[in-house]
Amino acid sequence: MKAAILVFPGINRERDMARTLKLVSGRDPAMVWHAETALPAGTDLVVIPGGFSYGDYLRCGAIAARAPVMDAVRAHAAKGGLVLGVCNGFQILCESGLLPGLLMRNAGLKFICRDVYLRVERADTPFTAGYKKNQVIRVPVAHGEGNYIADGETIAKLEGEGRVLYRYASPDGMIDPDWNHNGAMNAIAGIVSERGNVLGMMPHPENHVDAAIGPTDGRGLFAGLNDHLAKAA
Amino acid sequence: MAIRNEPTVTPQLVAEHGLKPDEYERILALIGRTPTFTELGIFSAMWNEHCSYKSSKVHLRGLPISAPWVIQGPGENAGVIDIGDGLAVVFKMESHNHPSYIEPYQGATTGVGGILRDVFTMGARPIACLDALSFGDPKHPKTRQLVAGVVAGVGGYGNSFGVPTVGGQMRFHPRYNGNNLVNAMAVGLAEADKIFYAAASGVGMPIVYLGSKTGRDGIHGATMASAEFGADAEEKRPTVQVGDPFSEKLLLEACLEIMEKDCVIAIQDMGAAGLTCSAVEMGAKGDLGVDLDLDAVPCRETGMSAYEMMLSESQERMLMVLKPEKEQEAAAIFRKWGLDFAIVGRTTPTQRFIVRHGGDVMVDLPIKELGDEAPVYNRPFVETPKRAVIDAKDVKHPMAVADALETLLATPELCSKRWVWEQYDHVIGGNTVQRPGGDAAVVRVQDGPKALALTADVTPRYCEADPYEGGKQAVAEAWRNITAVGGRPLAITDNLNFGNPEKPEIMGQFVGCIRGIGEACKALDFPVVSGNVSLYNETNGRGILPTPTIGGVGLLDDFTRSATLAFKTGGEAILLIGDTAGWLGQSVYLRDIGGREEGAPPPVDLAVEKRNGDLVRSLIVDGQATAVHDLSDGGLLVALAEMAMASGIGATLDATEDHAFWFGEDQARYLVTTRDADAVTARAKAAGVPVRRLGVTGGAVLTLPGERPILITKLRDRHEAWLPAYMADAIVGA
Repeated sequence: MKAAILVFPGINRERDMARTLKLVSGRDPAMVWHAETALPAGTDLVVIPGGFSYGDYLRCGAIAARAPVMDAVRAHAAKGGLVLGVCNGFQILCESGLLPGLLMRNAGLKFICRDVYLRVERADTPFTAGYKKNQVIRVPVAHGEGNYIADGETIAKLEGEGRVLYRYASPDGMIDPDWNHNGAMNAIAGIVSERGNVLGMMPHPENHVDAAIGPTDGRGLFAGLNDHLAKAA
Repeated sequence: MAIRNEPTVTPQLVAEHGLKPDEYERILALIGRTPTFTELGIFSAMWNEHCSYKSSKVHLRGLPISAPWVIQGPGENAGVIDIGDGLAVVFKMESHNHPSYIEPYQGATTGVGGILRDVFTMGARPIACLDALSFGDPKHPKTRQLVAGVVAGVGGYGNSFGVPTVGGQMRFHPRYNGNNLVNAMAVGLAEADKIFYAAASGVGMPIVYLGSKTGRDGIHGATMASAEFGADAEEKRPTVQVGDPFSEKLLLEACLEIMEKDCVIAIQDMGAAGLTCSAVEMGAKGDLGVDLDLDAVPCRETGMSAYEMMLSESQERMLMVLKPEKEQEAAAIFRKWGLDFAIVGRTTPTQRFIVRHGGDVMVDLPIKELGDEAPVYNRPFVETPKRAVIDAKDVKHPMAVADALETLLATPELCSKRWVWEQYDHVIGGNTVQRPGGDAAVVRVQDGPKALALTADVTPRYCEADPYEGGKQAVAEAWRNITAVGGRPLAITDNLNFGNPEKPEIMGQFVGCIRGIGEACKALDFPVVSGNVSLYNETNGRGILPTPTIGGVGLLDDFTRSATLAFKTGGEAILLIGDTAGWLGQSVYLRDIGGREEGAPPPVDLAVEKRNGDLVRSLIVDGQATAVHDLSDGGLLVALAEMAMASGIGATLDATEDHAFWFGEDQARYLVTTRDADAVTARAKAAGVPVRRLGVTGGAVLTLPGERPILITKLRDRHEAWLPAYMADAIVGA
């Protein structure tokens, strides 16, 4: 895995993400400043971490989506390169047009930090290869604007093409409004692009990887990516 | 000195600056002439209660401030303690009470922002925040809006800045009507040999301004914070600052980067009294003068006067002296982070504080005297009269013990505060071992195995009834919470919130609490390394409950050997550590079930605290305790119910006792579960610690002799329901 983590001013989970990638792959990721115009040579995974890029005083992710480095990310994605956006990263991917739809304020209008349960909808993608289909994983969320919305046609397309990879669920894997803390349409927690190489998700798998601290359910996502990239290399 | 376009200094203008006639006489004697308008503003900013500690200083001197692990005690931006491995913990708590009442969201954000800045100014990356909040009566029409705004503000700043908010307190009491308290604590990690201070050194060194531009916000914020509120409190809105966590995050990264590159000689954040206070501190602490040129200060708006610039409390600003040979390197870092910076002055050998603006010398004052010669008051005080000790036998049983427990767990005092801490990102950093809701938060240090135990505590109703015992109890409670997770308590920060010190009875509360705090710190080897005093917390002549919030920091050598309060499994013995006489005076039970907020609070025997706590800590470290919880508000049965609710596991108790036993608030007590009750009992006996077996864990129900069974899920539902229902405006009559 040769990962590059994008660092926009105001991003604040880049250190958590770097630590997790190192833990899983044994390799330090490159930290790429927003003003750069190119990714390090050989980058096989771009990660856009969580935080409040540029303060998110406008629509979340709207400014970051227009940062110089994003052209390089679009080119990377266009070649089929993998891109993972978590939390603010998901918002940035939606704003940059790499993923459809957008993230609105949580249904309860409050920031929410808690552990949630995700149902893994399919296991045959680089972003879910570390899990089994229908496996339920426990990971934390920490966001005020994670309520996924898109028009009916887009939702139908996402569902029809199997592009919803993670869904908020109850601990036993049932889709239930009581376990959809932000009110996302179809309980969507994470989706991929048409080519399946760009994932955006609201929860923070990178914070659940260390048994000393708590659950390790987030580890599968990164381990799956690492194995996929090792095979591809 | 006559200055163009400045108003003439009149007695009325002096009074409007919060300076008493004798204080003004002191200024005249000090400088030998009438001060300019800007100078008057500067004296007002430096000599108000908030900045000068003029009413509290003589008493604070009595607090213990040293221990072998203390690197820096009170007097700097924050306290610093050594935790070994070349690492230091930098921490402080500070109030933002008045601003948070006038403008709850911004008041709370800037409270959090200010304390974070205090910590990273010293070279530490913040790794945790805690917040102790006190609000008025839930039935008061303003309370709900204040809770919503303050909690959103605390979260809004910390979440964006990127620090986990891991703990704190929240209470309601009618005495905070019109004067809620927001006490924010920040904890940072630094290399022990790379701590940065405010003292400038070297003559002719450039003084650099970094961060947000200066605007007209927060002018006289510190003076406002040093006065009582009347009915016109909301007209003071312009004195409240606006927080910008994004700029603060940039400042943090830029400051840590220039410190890492060894560019910094001295650094001071601009907090209360802004540019004035920071520039004076840099010069005075370094025995140097400062010559400021306001024409160079980055301003948000045009036409700002010297007076406005010197007194603005615009947030997210820093002042520093850089190593001359590193100036270019530092400038490149500031540009990278997109921060405004400018050279706004120089150090001088004269020990004068000179401020120039538009070609005029607006200020020419002796720099050391500005701080050192501030008035100090030994204000008259009367001791708080002792309250009668309530004999538990004289207290009626208004309801069955099971009913009282269910009721208590759904009161504003004891209900779950999940609604609050779920709005705070408490997992960022990936080091939160124990999240909010336990006795103390546990945050891993880097990759471990060390971790910090963090807590914020005070029981204001005890302090009101007996300031001395209440002060002791606040410290003992923090010490106990750290102990209950297996931590070694190291040091505290104290945030002393009181009413008007010019009233002898309020001053009596202050003096009593300080004596108690000092006594407890001494006995428990738990020194004060930083703090903040907030006086004049009064509205329309009525003071708040005395609220000396204690922020405690402890160390776990190996966080895998820590304890949580949740029962782990069925079939384990439940042991009570410590003596229970059944103390009902000032208990939550007596107030919320019995309707009597009366009596003397439970006394704190510090030697017993130490003995009992040391035993509990060693049980945890040796792996003999499977779950631990300290006993505080609500007493034994409430603590036991919390252990059950946290795990979903019930308990069967065989002790036949009355309400005073179950709900009394005797101190120095813990509940411990263990697989080996005999071994634990033997160790307790050997240490001279009272221990009693209460029952056994298991099932889904709490069973007490002679009481109906209490279903844990039902208890939890009620415990969790009150605050969300209240905030959704769904509580009738509230």
